[in-house]
This record gives sequence, C-alpha cells and structure tokens, in this order.
Amino acid sequence: MEHFTLDIDVDGIALVTFDSPGRSMNVLSDAVVTELGELVAKITEDEAVKGVVVTSGKSAFCAGADLEEMGGHFAGVQKLMKTDPEAAKKQLFEKVFTLNAAFRALETCGKPVAAAINGLALGGGFELGLACHARFVASDNPKLKLGLPEALVGLLPGAGGTQRLPRILGLMNAAPILIQGKQLTAKDAVSQGVATAAVPQVELVDTAKQWVKDNPKAKAPWDAPKFRYPGGAPYTAQGLPMFAGSSAMVRKESFGNYPAMGNILKSVYEGALVPMDAALRIESRYFCDLLLRPESANMVRSLFLSKQAIEKGAARPAGQEPGDIKKVGVIGAGFMGAGVAYVSARAGIEVVLVDRDQEGADKGKQFTIDEQTKRVKRGKTTQEKADAIINRIEATADYAKLKDVDLIVEAVFENSELKAKITKMTEEIIGDTAVFGSNTSTIPISDLAKASKRPENFIGVHFFSPVHKMMLVEIIKGEKTSDYAISRALDYVIKLRKVPIVVEDTRGFYANRCVMRYIQEGYNMLSEGVKPALIENGAKMAGMPVGPLSLQDEVAIDLAYKVMTQTKADLGDAYPENKGDPIIEAMYGAERYGRKNGKGFYVYNGREKHLWEELGQFAVDGLQEPQPDVSEIKDRVLYAQAIEAARTMAEGIIHDPREADLGSIFGWGFAPFTGGAISFIDMVGTAAFVKRADELSKAYGVQFEVPSQLRDMAETGELYYQKFNPAAKSTYTKSALNKMLEKDVVKIANAMGISATVDDLKKDTVEKILAKQA
Amino acid sequence: MADAYIFDAVRTPRGKGKKNGSLHEITALSLLTQQLEALRDRNDLDTSKVDDVIMGCVSPVAGQGADIARAASIHANYNEKAAGVTINRFCASGLEAVNMGAAKVMSGMSDMVVCGGIESMSRVPMGSDGGAMVADPNFAYEHYVVPQGVSADLIATRHGFTRDDCDAYAVESQKRAAKSWEEGRFKKSIVPVKDQLGVTILDHDEHMRPGTDMQSLGSLNPAFIQQGLMMPGFDYVALQKYPELEKINHVHHAGNSSGIVDGAGAVLIGSKEMGEALGLKARARIKAFGEIGSEPTIMLTGPEYIATKVLKKAGMEVNDIDLYELNEAFASVVLRFMQAHNIDHGKINVNGGAIAMGHPLGATGAMILGTMVDELERSDKETSLITLCVGGGMGAATIIERV
Repeated sequence: MEHFTLDIDVDGIALVTFDSPGRSMNVLSDAVVTELGELVAKITEDEAVKGVVVTSGKSAFCAGADLEEMGGHFAGVQKLMKTDPEAAKKQLFEKVFTLNAAFRALETCGKPVAAAINGLALGGGFELGLACHARFVASDNPKLKLGLPEALVGLLPGAGGTQRLPRILGLMNAAPILIQGKQLTAKDAVSQGVATAAVPQVELVDTAKQWVKDNPKAKAPWDAPKFRYPGGAPYTAQGLPMFAGSSAMVRKESFGNYPAMGNILKSVYEGALVPMDAALRIESRYFCDLLLRPESANMVRSLFLSKQAIEKGAARPAGQEPGDIKKVGVIGAGFMGAGVAYVSARAGIEVVLVDRDQEGADKGKQFTIDEQTKRVKRGKTTQEKADAIINRIEATADYAKLKDVDLIVEAVFENSELKAKITKMTEEIIGDTAVFGSNTSTIPISDLAKASKRPENFIGVHFFSPVHKMMLVEIIKGEKTSDYAISRALDYVIKLRKVPIVVEDTRGFYANRCVMRYIQEGYNMLSEGVKPALIENGAKMAGMPVGPLSLQDEVAIDLAYKVMTQTKADLGDAYPENKGDPIIEAMYGAERYGRKNGKGFYVYNGREKHLWEELGQFAVDGLQEPQPDVSEIKDRVLYAQAIEAARTMAEGIIHDPREADLGSIFGWGFAPFTGGAISFIDMVGTAAFVKRADELSKAYGVQFEVPSQLRDMAETGELYYQKFNPAAKSTYTKSALNKMLEKDVVKIANAMGISATVDDLKKDTVEKILAKQA
Repeated sequence: MADAYIFDAVRTPRGKGKKNGSLHEITALSLLTQQLEALRDRNDLDTSKVDDVIMGCVSPVAGQGADIARAASIHANYNEKAAGVTINRFCASGLEAVNMGAAKVMSGMSDMVVCGGIESMSRVPMGSDGGAMVADPNFAYEHYVVPQGVSADLIATRHGFTRDDCDAYAVESQKRAAKSWEEGRFKKSIVPVKDQLGVTILDHDEHMRPGTDMQSLGSLNPAFIQQGLMMPGFDYVALQKYPELEKINHVHHAGNSSGIVDGAGAVLIGSKEMGEALGLKARARIKAFGEIGSEPTIMLTGPEYIATKVLKKAGMEVNDIDLYELNEAFASVVLRFMQAHNIDHGKINVNGGAIAMGHPLGATGAMILGTMVDELERSDKETSLITLCVGGGMGAATIIERV
C-alpha cells in the first residue's frame, strides 16, 4: 500500500492512516480509490479486526477528488460519446461508482468504523467521514472545516454527500452545504449533529478507538429499519413543503443555468425515496450526467484548474523566479487606496499609506480599522489579529517613508499631471529594484511611464472596486515594462490571494472594455423599445449578477456622462455615436445620477428599489409590441461581451484564454456557468457562435461583428482552448519541477514530446524539460 | 351520435373546510353516499340501469382514497352492476366527470351514468396526495412550478387588475350568493347533510359572509407575499417565465379567493331512450365539452382558451351564450376571462360563486353545472357555458342548453 497505512492494535482496532507520499494534501485519485477498495476488503475479511478508525497522516484530513485527473476522464468519455453514447455512459458510471462502492463497502463492513478527522475535510474527504459510523473532529485545529464545495465548480458531491448529509441534517439544513458550499467548523459540526464530538488532536484517535470499542454493533442510522428521514422525506406532511420549496429556492439563485444545482436537488429527492444502495447509484448517475455537460467541464477548468494555475503565477514570464513582496507603498488614501492598503495589510504586507496630509492618510487607514472592528464584533477574528493587521499600515504624509518598499501602488485622482508629479517624487526615494505600479483605470500606462526615469519598472496594477471584495487585478504592461516588473507585480497580487491577469496597454484595458459593451447593449435595447424589466431580468437570466441599467446606476451616470463628453472631445469626428448617448445626456440633465443620489434608472427607497416608471421615453419608436423573446435578450448581452473579449484576444491585448475567462468572471461577473467569456464561445462552438453573431449583427448592429481571427477559427471549428492551448505553452521553473512528484514531471515531459519514464532519474528529466523550454 | 341529457343534479350545502366546519364530522364516504341516495330516491331510479358512477376527487387518499366512487355506489345500495371510477383533473374534476359520462352516453357505450365529485377538504387537506408535480425537482425545478395563489397574482399583475378590482368583484360575489339563497334559487339542488343519527347537520352554505364590503376586505393582508417573496420565493420563479414584469403585485387574500370547504355533488346523465324508459324528464342537453392545456406557470388562464375551443366545437359565438359560469378560484381568474372575451359581468356567475360559497375542489364542477341547470330554468334562458381553471395550466368547459 502506498497511500494508506494499516496498524492493528492489541484490541483489534485497525487504524487506517491516509497519507499519500510526496503530496502536501491527501486527494482521492484513482490510485487511492483502488487501494481503499482493497483495504476495505481486507478489513472486512480479517477476523482479527474488530473495528476501524480512519485518520490522516497530514495536517489536513483530505481535500477531496483529484479534479485534474477527473478532467482527463471527461476527455476520453467525450470521444466515445460521439460513437456509442450508451457505452460511454456505462463506462463513465462504472468509473464514477467505484468511489461510492468503496465508501459503501466500508460503511457496511460489519464492524464499527469511526473517523478521526484531524483537519480540513472537503468534498470526498468529508464524504469519507460521512460514510463512517461516527465522526470525531479536532477541536484545536482552526483550519479544520467540513464542506462540500463541488457545486461551486459545477459538480455534485458524488461520494454519498447528497445522500448521507441530508439523512443526517434533513434537506433544509443540508442544502446550504450541498448547494452553496457552506463549510462547517468543528463546533458547527458537533452542534448540528454532523460530528459525534470535538476533542483535542492529541486525544482524537484514542477517542475514536474508544467509541469503536464501546459500539461493537454500530451501523449507519439509515441502515436501521426504523430510520426516519430528518425534516421529513418528500411525501410526508412535514417534508412535502420543504421539497416543493427547494426547487423554487434554487431556481431563484441559479436561473436554471447551473446544472449542478438542479442535479443535487434531483439526487437528494430521488435518493430519499429508496434505500442507501439504490440512492448511491442514483447519485452516481446524476454525477455522470454533470460530467457530460459543458457547464461542468468549463467551470472545473476555469474556476478550479485555471484559477489555481493563474494564482500560482502561470503568467510569469520565462526566466523570472517567484519572489516575496514584504512592503508596499500606497499613494493616495482615497477609497481605492484605502482598499489597497487594507488588502495588503491583511495579506501580511507592511504598508506605507501616503496622502497629501496626515489627516488624509489617517482617513484611509481608518477604513482598515473599521473593517477589522466589524470582523471582531462579528466574531470572525480576534482583537489581537485585527491589531496586527491595523499596525502593519503606517499612515503618513512623508514620502521619505517609502524608501525601502518593494512596490508602489499609486491610486491618486485620474489626472496625468498629478500622476507624473507623484511618479517623479516617488522615484527620488524608492530603491532601484522597486516597481512602480499605477492603479489607473483610464490612462494608458505607456503615457504615464513617460514621467518615469526607469519606465522598465513602471507598470499598471489595476484593482477593481470595492478592492476588498473584487478578486481580479489587471497587470498592465506598458511599452517598456520589463519581465521583472511583471513578475514582481505577480508576486504582489498572488500574495494578496487575488487573481492576476496580464494585459497589454489599451483604452479600458480588458475588463472595463468588455463591461462597457454590456452596459451599452442595455442602452441599445432600451432605445429600441425593449421593456426595461425585460432587459434587466433577461440579463440576470443570462447569468449576469446585475442588469446593465442597475450596473450603470452603481457606476454612476454622471461619471458616464463625464467619460462620454471627454471621449467625444478626445476623438472629435472619429467619435462613434451610441444609442445610449442621448439617454445618458437626458439622465444627467435630469440629475438622475444613479444610486449615489437615490435616483437613476431605478428609484431608491432605503434598501428597496424599483425601475423608474418613465424609462419608456427612451424607446425611440415606442415600446415594441410584442416584446422580443427573453432568449434574444440573453444572447444579446452575452454575445456583446464575448465578442469584445474575442477582439482583445485577436488584438493580442490578452494572450491566454484562461486569463480572459478568469478576468471576465472575477472582473465583472460574466456568467460563471459558462467558464468565462472565451469559454462561452468555445461552449457554443466557434462556427455556431459566428453564425449567431452574424444574425445579431444584421439585426442590431456592428457591436456583434466578430474579429477576423474568430471568423477564421469558425471555418474549421477550431476552439480557443485548442488554438491557444495553455497546457502546451506552460513553462516550468526548475524549482517548481523539483517540487513535483516524479510521475507528474514525467507527464509534463511526455506532453512536450520528450521520451522519459519514471525509471529515469528525475533530475535528468527535469534538465531535459528545462532544455526544451529554453 | 346520441345526445346526452341531464335529468337531475344534487349537491350538499358547503361546510367550512376547517375543524369547526359543520361537515368536518361527516366522512367523505357519507357525504357522497347521501348524494347518490338522494339522486336515486328523488328520481325513483332503477340503479341496475346505471352503468357507471364517475366521481372527481383531487386528493383521492385516506378517507376519500381507493376509488371512493365505487365505495359510495355500493354503500348507497346501488345495484352492484353500477361500477365506479374516481378521476382527477384537479379543480375541474367534477365537470370532467360529467364530460366523461356524457361522452360514454354519446358514444352509445353507456345509457345512464351518475357523475359528480367529492372533496372533504377539512379532513384531507390540499396536497395530501403529494405529487411529483410539486415535490420532484425533475418537474418543479425544470418547469417553473409556483402555487396557484402566486399564479393568480401574476394574472392580476400581467393583465392590470388592482386590489380594488379584485375586492369589488368579491363583494359582488357575496352579494349575489346572499340574494340567491334569500330567493331560494338553490333549493332544487340542495340536499341537506345528515349526521350519524340521520339528523340534519347542515342545510346551507356556511362559508358565506353576506355583509362583506370594500372596507372589511381592505383590512385583509395579501395571502401570497410570504411564499412569493420570502420563503421559498416563488415570485422569482414566475418572473423567470414572465421576465417582462419587474415584480408581482400581491392582490389576493382570503376574501377574494375561493373558500376552502367540504362538499359533494352528483348529476344524473343518460340517453334520451333510457330517460324515457325510466320515466325521467330531461332538463338540459349537453351540447359540447372539452379540455385544454395552456402555459402552466400562470396556470389559471385556461378558461379563456377552452371557451374558445368549445364554442367553436358547438358552432357558437361568445354572445350566443346566455349565462357563463366560471369557478371563482380567484377574483383575477374571472376578471381576466371577462376581459379576454369581453363578457358583461351581468352574464357571468349570476348567483355568486366560490369566493362566497367555497370551492370543494373535486365536487365544484358538478355543483356549478347543477346551478346553471336550475338558473336556466328559473330565468327562462337557453344556454350556458360552465368552465373552470385547472392546475397545471389546464381548463375544462361544458356547454348546456335547456330542452
């Protein structure tokens, strides 16, 4: 056995310790599942074994399935689906059911089984615990969380989670864990009855062993004949309204866009009506169903695999090594600067927060104090930790304090002269290796870099508002920005645990450019006589977090007016008239600025808001009768954005479809079920996408004209993830390769066309990879 | 094709569908049995000539489960040859039973049938029979299922009926029902319900509130806000089907929706020949009938479409009908029907309806059919169209004419 150790004590209690070699975290790979199956068979047969305790040899218990490996399974099955779908589905089911079968065999091995959950247990890890007859959790490991995050990446808990958890908690209490990925602390787990008891780590295994000894006849409650489904099974007076309501609650959130959410409900419902063995087969079928849907594959790719790769610095230029950012200078303590200071301090970075005067700087720091005070009050952190974060920020008006920072984030007003002045002042003080980042959202980085005496160290670090909530940071390359500066900016963003994407210098960069198309399409429809409610609801049904009119209200209409008049002035005759221009002018003229003054496209009344009744006036030819089908609205908003993203790919503004996808999801909330704006095009298929875009372009205008790159791809049906295959162009540093398992290094080598096996020396294989990359 | 004739119709008074309702003490079996007995006795009916007893029931479980029609037929001492079948087309079940019976007669396969319905809502609450339609996410999640109250409010929102419109309609329903009782318009059909000792326990519709006015209705809170907006939020489901609406106006409440009541009804239907052979006088002829499905989320607009369909079948126009009877499930259902077909309020639900007297789900269709037979005779009119909105987006209707 490679992944488990088995240690039978004098009382006949088998201690099974999950401890995969060479990995920091236990995951349920194919190899692990096979070995677990063998192990359970052995435990069942061995008469000397009187009971079982399952624990982990790592600080965490188990992080769940190996999603990367699972991605490989999709691919094989997808191929067979084309020729023999029934065989493909059977094959997939057999594969998927193995894990359920192994856990069920453990649960029904005829001996008492207790889990000693010493740390984090997610997904399959938590489900392994649920398949045990009792669960003991460590009371003194703050990192211990129990959760089922599968739905967040478009999957369902497919190792009994949709069956066992609701049989413990009932549908209503299980739903937030199953569907929203809510995690339980050790304390929650005990109070809700998910765990038997919480004890200190040192006593964990002994406590579990004692329970096994005390309960020689233990079996799962659902295997007892008198078992009653908590909260009521579907067809009971108590359960019926719960099950009936659950469909509505989930549809409200999902708009029917997330197949995982629907399948979780279906699996829970259908499973609740049959005994556990049948229930697990039903669950595995619904799991397989998800694997066969593009939404799940796209969500796993973008929200898990790509996100992980990007957060580890996939965009780091070749030859640059990762480094640490210990201290940053934030210049400008307004709303953005205060937010940047806060997230930096929270990430353990020393911050010098500079403003024109001490009062301004203090005001910026106050944001961190307020946020942390709130968290202490809500019991989310301790005063000590909060103080540590607050004390990391030095608020000052003295530029001299910036002398030993690793990186600057300039966040002053959008004024080129002011920024130039600050650049010069700052560069007088900071060290030669320090990188100067500007948080501008509108001014080209290359223009700002003209004020710099070392433009190679000048870069854009574009945060989104509110900084502490928005995950995306655009790293903007100016003409002269060096690979070193990019690498340092990546170091910084990675340390903030945000998602960095590297973008070329262009008006609006990436995210703002695309989101403008979204808002404009809202204006176009309003002008063409689509009912405002249909625009807003249609956009949300398409998967957007808020409607375009609502978003414009948040951004503020007076700001839109200023940007519009400035752009008109800048471009002169080259300015393209938009259908939204007269709307913006009229709204601005009527002092309807948006949420900030309580009136915009919506009327605001405390926490309530409703569409302004007089928006019909903007329909140039009156309201359309009949109104278009909502599918038309959904296509318009999604295509307008995706086509703009395609343009940025075609123009080389963005280089990697993963960055475009993550930028779209984390920058402006582009329909996450699609996997992002570029994955959306791949999901539709480039040929079908272009065909539809051409129809939209003919009906509604040039915003739907696709770039020639995409049109060329459509000719052959080539997809973005084929043309710009990220796996093919990853580069690996020596240190990264050395940290990997040998078999993974061999896989990478093989993918690059290098002949290598695990029998070769790992060192040699690494050298070959580095040589090939160079 | 043979004609199907209505020879007689009886119904129970409607008891409040609660624990303190007069009929709560009477079993569903007894309610229905008493109607079958009355129908037989007042017509001196040779029940060996009855081919089938077809009864509508929406929650056919517990005391009204296991084919209550057959049980009541035997229990009423009908000839054992009179079979029995229980059917469910939700709120139109009672009318559907009549239509199915008529179809049997018209096809010549049956000569005499007893049709009707039963619902003891106080004993078998709505939803007692469960149902994939509400509980199974394969259906409910995929097909935008919302409860009828939210659908009724959706109709009001979409077609522009205010709370005042609905309340005014309800006040009129109460007024008409009270007047009808005062004038004895229902006396031909009403068969008082006896208790276990054979003593009359209820002889009038006890759900009515004759003094109802705009002011008293104004004090009632909308009934469907909680489930619409809060838990579980059915409005958001309905709006995904009707995204051109920003929100749903919740205008319905206990006072302008149909009452929950207990009751049963039965109608004697047969061929001309069998009627003559048994010495029965035909009171009306069934001219046409039908059923239809429509959009299931708004659910309750089916009457509009089935009226069009069945009028066409009968070769008639909207104005050829003297009296319309549309079950008052919710005020907006009737208001929308009148709006869609431009029907004067003076021609529809002339004796009040379920808002005043209650809606014993499976029985209502047969009851209001009987009401129309009586009213055509009383007011000396010729034709009536009876219709009901139905769960799942359906509608059913029957056109009758006096003979």
